[in-house]
Parts: sequence; structure tokens; C-alpha cells
Amino acid sequence: MDFALIPPAHSTFLFIPAFIFYTLLPVAGITFFIYQIVMRLKPMVLAQPDKPVSEILKESPARLMQVLKIWLLQVRQPRYMLAGVIHILLFFGFLILAVRSTELMFVGIKADFSFPFMDGTFGAVYSVIRSYAATWVLVVALMAMYRRLVTKPARYAVPAKYGKPHTAEAVFVLGMICTLVLMESLFEGSLVAAQNQQGMQAHTLAPLTLAWFFELILSSASQSTLQFLHSAAYFLHDVTFFTFLCFLPLGKHFHVVTSLFNVFLMRVRRGNIKPVRYGVSNDQLDNLESFGVKNLEDFTWRHILHFYSCVDCGRCSDNCPANAVGRPLSPRFISIKGRQLVFGRHPFFGPSKVEKAPLIGTTYEEDEIWSCTTCGACEQECPVGIEYIDKIVDLRRGMVDEGMVPQSLQKPLSAIEKRGNPWGKMEKKRGEWIKQLDSEVSVKLLEGGDTTDVLFFVDSITSFDDRMQSIGCATATLLHRAGVDFGILGKGEKDSGHEVRRFGEEMLFQSLREHNTEMIQESGATRIVTADPHTLNALKNDYEDLPPVEHISQFLAKQVRKGLLHFKPSVNGDKVYTYHDPCYLGRHNGVYDDPREVLDAIPGMRRVDMKRCKDRSFCCGGGGLMLFYEPEEEQRMGVLRVKMAEEAGANVIVTACPFCLVNMEDAIKVAGLEGKMEAIDLSELVVAHLAD
Amino acid sequence: MEILVCVKRVPDTAENEIAIKSDGTDIQRDDLVYSVNEWDNYAVEEAIQIRDKVGGSVTVVTVGDSEAEEVLRRQMAMGADNGILLADDAFEGSDGRGIAAILKAVVAKGKYDLVLTGAQADDGAAQVGGMLAAMLDWPYASLVNKIDTGDKSLKIGREIEGGNQEMNEIDLPCVLSIQTGINEPRYVGIRGIRKVASIEIPTYAAADLGVAADAVGPAAARVKRVDYFTPEMGAGAEILEGSMEEKIDKLIELLKAKGGLK
Repeated sequence: MDFALIPPAHSTFLFIPAFIFYTLLPVAGITFFIYQIVMRLKPMVLAQPDKPVSEILKESPARLMQVLKIWLLQVRQPRYMLAGVIHILLFFGFLILAVRSTELMFVGIKADFSFPFMDGTFGAVYSVIRSYAATWVLVVALMAMYRRLVTKPARYAVPAKYGKPHTAEAVFVLGMICTLVLMESLFEGSLVAAQNQQGMQAHTLAPLTLAWFFELILSSASQSTLQFLHSAAYFLHDVTFFTFLCFLPLGKHFHVVTSLFNVFLMRVRRGNIKPVRYGVSNDQLDNLESFGVKNLEDFTWRHILHFYSCVDCGRCSDNCPANAVGRPLSPRFISIKGRQLVFGRHPFFGPSKVEKAPLIGTTYEEDEIWSCTTCGACEQECPVGIEYIDKIVDLRRGMVDEGMVPQSLQKPLSAIEKRGNPWGKMEKKRGEWIKQLDSEVSVKLLEGGDTTDVLFFVDSITSFDDRMQSIGCATATLLHRAGVDFGILGKGEKDSGHEVRRFGEEMLFQSLREHNTEMIQESGATRIVTADPHTLNALKNDYEDLPPVEHISQFLAKQVRKGLLHFKPSVNGDKVYTYHDPCYLGRHNGVYDDPREVLDAIPGMRRVDMKRCKDRSFCCGGGGLMLFYEPEEEQRMGVLRVKMAEEAGANVIVTACPFCLVNMEDAIKVAGLEGKMEAIDLSELVVAHLAD
Repeated sequence: MEILVCVKRVPDTAENEIAIKSDGTDIQRDDLVYSVNEWDNYAVEEAIQIRDKVGGSVTVVTVGDSEAEEVLRRQMAMGADNGILLADDAFEGSDGRGIAAILKAVVAKGKYDLVLTGAQADDGAAQVGGMLAAMLDWPYASLVNKIDTGDKSLKIGREIEGGNQEMNEIDLPCVLSIQTGINEPRYVGIRGIRKVASIEIPTYAAADLGVAADAVGPAAARVKRVDYFTPEMGAGAEILEGSMEEKIDKLIELLKAKGGLK
């Protein structure tokens, strides 16, 4: 084979054949990379168990689907349009150029190397595609650099308390990416220029690609210049390639390696909470020495993988309501701080520093961990499938086990333990709200061992809060009007324990679950209805062996579809309604359309959606025990949310959750919008519009 | 430092609606839930913190029936090392002085450097701490909201008017009554209580303590309870009726009318 220029494999440097270097470099680079990976795996091996591999594999179809959608097709990326498109182009550029780069690596050893499948049409087509890929990668890498250095989107900023900005690392990597595609193209462009000068058969370069530009510029360059550029480009490409590879495990660019696995391993179920420890059944829990996460080693191996996979893009924190109102929580830094700790404890060289230093008070702060409402916005957004709720709950379990519970939460927890509700109201008064119902609406009070077909699980706030009892009444009225045979447990019902579990008091939750499960089973119910999304989520995702559970909005939507609900037209002409998606109805249980369908069935109702709606809904401030917690914050989440409704041009906020209603009504007052804005529960609104 | 903390099981005022029996002999107890007296909880937390700092042990003691054991367990789950239950039919109906006499006997049985009580009990009259100190002839300080440990003495604080702080020095051994707010008591979960569920708690009766049965109980009580009743509404008092909203509206109206709100 004739070469227009001396190929790298045939060249010499200081009389030493270059192929020796080009053989040793990949060997050294790959060896060091594997060493790094092994060292990164070590903390995962030392970590707690996660879901058993057999169960993970059983869920393969769903997991592969997530890999296809979230990893390969990058469906979460365009939620931030510009950054998303840039990333998609970079990502596909990488996938395409990976083959070319591997091929180039071998060219340094054997000058005429090419993969067998690169002969023929496939090779020709690939060659065109990868030339364009290299070109667009340069363009988007420069755009990304411009964003990092000039535009500086707020979500990339690192608040002073979390350390230094991460711009340098990002720009350095983008610089390496630019170098790679430029050198690869210069290597090819200089060769084709030489081939053309010597009248050899040269392959056609795709027009307007980088290699094409280089060939154009170098068409009349001297042979020695071309030779120098050709050799230097190869050298720089090879060195940069292995520098890049070994740089990945050092920081946020590790996601290039880990994201595929992270997405495969992400949650396939929503709304649930991980067990205290995988492999330990509920009745063995008492034997555990310690509960939850107290030290780094208490995280599961998958949680360590999360730390490795964080891309530092800031999307989680940009959507975190706690972060938005100035609470001391930014989910992004849960990961970044975790990663820094793992890297610090397990250096590449030298022994691991295994020290039992509690995470709370060093890496994480108490208020930081209590600030989370478990709304799930961060998990919904993360492009690589990092999860936060389980970590927050595990850290809270650790704090509860150590007695570190804010005083504001101790009272309601103790009241739930003693009385089954966070206010400490008497059990016998739990069913008293039904006395407010119209006499024609009959509710069976299942306190004397009676049974029922449908059980209305009311839960604490709707049973005891003066204002929220109206949601109970509306729900009972709707069930009654639909001719449903239903009852409530009354004093036999205890708090579902939804927030008790999410605030880390697992054993109290389990005793509530045991009690309620028994009561529900004794009621003989074949279906459960609730008006509280937290209850829905608890019964559906935290409890086991219960009859099917649905939220009243799902029940109503079915009635609408069957044509069984008849409405009178909405008469208030100046009212514009907006629906606020409760986190535990929407994001955690996927019910977005049913409530909207019900609202749209009311004739004459004007409804708008807020900019943040459906899976990007913004938490009202949290439910259950969160009502009692006194966070450090600059303003209330509810106030921000009410302002979003105002911005959307609405003056009535419709919710489908008693906690949302509490928070919205309070926020309307705090925001000074009384008289201009109101909040109402879907069930109340429907009752008000029922045709007689 | 060997610390004894005297605790009491009381109806939980945060979680009960207290009503008086029609015959005036007691409050209605059918639907009550009980917990450890709130002040005592702070006293135990303080004792645990002192022990963790200077060493020693914390013992919690209560006078009560077998049900009182649950509050001992809860305080042991918090971190107290030992519990002692003082139960005897003869103790029932004791006045404050009788309780102090029983506690004096248990202090005498051990070697304590410091005895803590709550400043008062939810259902009590804030008498026992002072009387116990007098019977022991130990120095006594009440309403303590700060303790700095020393070798043979303690520096203790008390809040005075205007949010100011007073500091005193007191020799050991001594009795202190602890005010809420001295610390932030830790949380005790169900798991914590289960962990101490099987620890043996010694029970002492009057004979074990060397307390004469006639020195305690109703016969020895010099203060006798004679009645409970709900006061008649006095002149100028008004009870607002209606739903919560209506009550609030009326209250705001009243406050405005009297110039309390502008």
C-alpha cells in the first residue's frame, strides 16, 4: 500500500519507531482506566446491598425501555431546550465517533488498519456521517463553552457554601472534545490534501465538514508542512484521547461511563420507598444494630453509583421547590457532596480511609435533610435517573434512630403514636365530621364490625381539620350521588402514615400500616376510595394486600366518561380556573388527565394550565408532618405557586389534595391576594356544579 | 457523676381534652393517653448530656403503678442507664410530702451526686423537688435552665425577668428542678423503646425502701384533695360559640371593638 504521507505507524521520533509509543500509550491508558474503574467500584462493594440482581433482571423489559428512552433517545434532555439539543448532538456525536476513534488507535500500530465491517457501502456511509458528526460536535462544544463562560445559566452556579465553581473542569473537557475532533479531521484533511497533490486516488471528503475545510486550506501547502500536521494531529489526537479517557472517572464526566448503568438501574416503580435494608424482612428489623444512613458506608451501592453519575447540570435543584424558596437544600449538592466524600475516602493511590464519621453535621446538615417535601421534581428531571427521595428518607431514618428530630416534629409524631393523628385529637371524634352531611347522604360508620363494598379512607387531615372536613363531605356526597354503597372506618382508622414513613419513623409507620390493614380487611371492602393523594400513595405503594385504591378524581373521571355525571353550567363568567397537580397524585402516581377531564366536563368552565404543570408541577409546601415542620426559608412554596397561578391568568386554583388546599389558602393570604384569588378542592367544585 | 432523675407519668395535656368527673373526685380518665411529664423529659436529657460529658450513670425513678413502667422505658430508650419503679399500694394517695419521703428513701439507697426533677408536673403542684432536698438536707435550686459541671460544685442558671440570666454556684450533692428549654430533648421512636423492652427494671415497695407504711399514703397526707369543679363564668367573661371560623370572626370583631386590633 502506498501512502501519500508517512503514516504515524511508520514514522520515527528521535530515531525511535513511533509505533512503539502508539502501542504503549493505549496499553498504558486502558490499563490505568481499568485501574481507576476498579478503584471506583471498591466503595460500591463496601456499601450496603440494594435490590437483589435477580429482581433487577426480572424487571429487565421495563429497564431496557428506560435505557432506550432516557439514555439512548435522551427524552429528558429537551426539557431544557438549548442545553438539551446541544447534549443530544454531543451524545450522538460521541456514539458515532467512538468507532472512528477506536479505529484510529489501531492505525498508529498498523498503518492500513480498518475494521472489517468498514469495507464497502457501510464504511462509505459511516465515513460521511462521522465527518459531519465531528463537525457538529465542534460547533456544539463551542456553544457549550460559550454557555459556560459567557451566558452562565444560573443553574450552573455553585453557591459559596458548596465550594468553588465547576466551570474549569467543564471547559477543560470541552477543550479536549474540540481537540479530538479537530485533530481527527486535520489528520484526514492533510492526508487527502497530499493525496490530491500527488495525483493519487483520494477519497472524497464530505463537503463543509472539518476535514473538508482542512483539505481546502492545505491544498497548496508543502509536503513537509502536510507531513508535520499529519503526524502532529495523530499524536495530539492519541494523547488527548487517552487523557480524556482517564480524566472521566475524576469528576462529573464519569457520567459518560456510568449513565448507561445508572439509567438501567433507576426506579421502575414510583411512589414507593426502599426498605430499611434490602434482604432484611420486616420482622427481622428489630435485630438491626442501626437504622438508615448515618455513615457513608450505610448508603447502598446504587446510591454510590448515583454520586458518580451526577453531571452537575443543576436541573434537579432548578426544579426543587425547597431550593426555590431558599431552604438549605439543593439536591444537586446531595450528590456532589456525596461524590466528594467518596473520592476523598477512597483515593486512587493509597489505602481507603475508613472512618466512622457521621454524615450529619459534616457532609450534610439536619435542616438540609428535613427540608425535602419528597415532591419528586428532582427525580422527574434528572437526565441520568439519579434518585433522591430514598436517600433523604434513609438519612432521616438515621437521624430518627439517633433521636435527632426537630422539636416541631416530635409532638405530632408522638400524637400519631398515641392517638393515630398528628393533632392528638381523640380517636372517637375521627368520624364526627359526617354529622355535617346533608341528612339524605348516608355514610356507614363501620365502628361496630359492619362491612361495606367501598371503603372511603378519609385519613387524618380530612377527618379532623375544620376546613378540610368539607372535602370529606363533598367526597361522601359524590359517592352517595353515584349510588355507591360505602362506609368509613371512623375511630378504627388511623393516620395512613404516609409522611411518618417519609420522615424516617419506619417502625411507627409499620404499626400504623398493620393496624389499618387489619381494619380495612375486616371491613370487607372490595375497593377503596380516598380524596387524599398522600393516602392514595400510601395505600397503593406502601401497603400490601389491599383491595384496589383510587383517588376520587379517578372515580369522577370514570363517571364523566360513562355520562353519569350531569353538571349545571359554570355561571361565574369572570372566573378562570387552573388545576394544580398534587405531587402524590401527579408525579408519583401518574394521574394528570383525570382531574382535568372532570373540570373540562363542566360546561362553560374556563381553564388554563400554569407554566409549571403536570410532571413539572411545583410543590405547594408539602403535606402531613411537613405542615408541622418549621423550615428556614425566605418565603413559602405556596406563595410562589399562587403567583404562578396569577401569572397564568387564573383566579381560582383547583387542587385535589387537602394539604395542597391548606397551603394554597394560607399562601393566598400571605401573598395578599385575598379576594383576587381563591382555592377549592376538585370534589367541592364538582359538588357545587352538580345538576339537581 | 451519678445522677438520679425523678420522673412522673401524667395525662398528656397536648393530646387530651381534660374534663372533670361529675362527682368532683377526679378528672375523667377513660379516654386519656399518658406520657412522661414534659419537664422531666428535659431533666433526663440534661442528665444524659452531663453523663456523656463527664461520665457516670443516669438512673430514672418514678413512684407509680405498673403502668408507670412505660415512662421509665421511654427514658431508658432516650439513654438513661437504669430505671427504678417504686410501687406499693401504700403509696397511693400520698401528698407531695409523702412522695418526697419515698424518693428520699431511694436516694439514700444509692450513691448519687445529683438529683434532678422537673420544675413541676403537668398534673402536679411543683412541691416534691424542694421537699426532697429539705429531707435530704441537700442544697436545692429550682427552675434551672443551664448547668455547667464542675468538680465539687455546679454553676447553674435561672432565667430572670426581661429574658436575663442569673448564675449561681451550688455544692454537690444537690437537688435541681429543671425548666423546659434547658436543652432540646432527643426523639424516642418505637424502635428505641423496643430495644430496652427486655431490660429488667427493679421494683421497690415500702418495705424494700425502709419506709413505714403509715408515713406515706392518704393517712399521712397533710394536704387532702377535696374537690374538682369547673369555675362558674364570672362577670365580663364570654365564651364564643360556633364553628372555628365563626369564633375567629367574633374574636377579631371583639378585639377591634375594644381597640386591641386596628
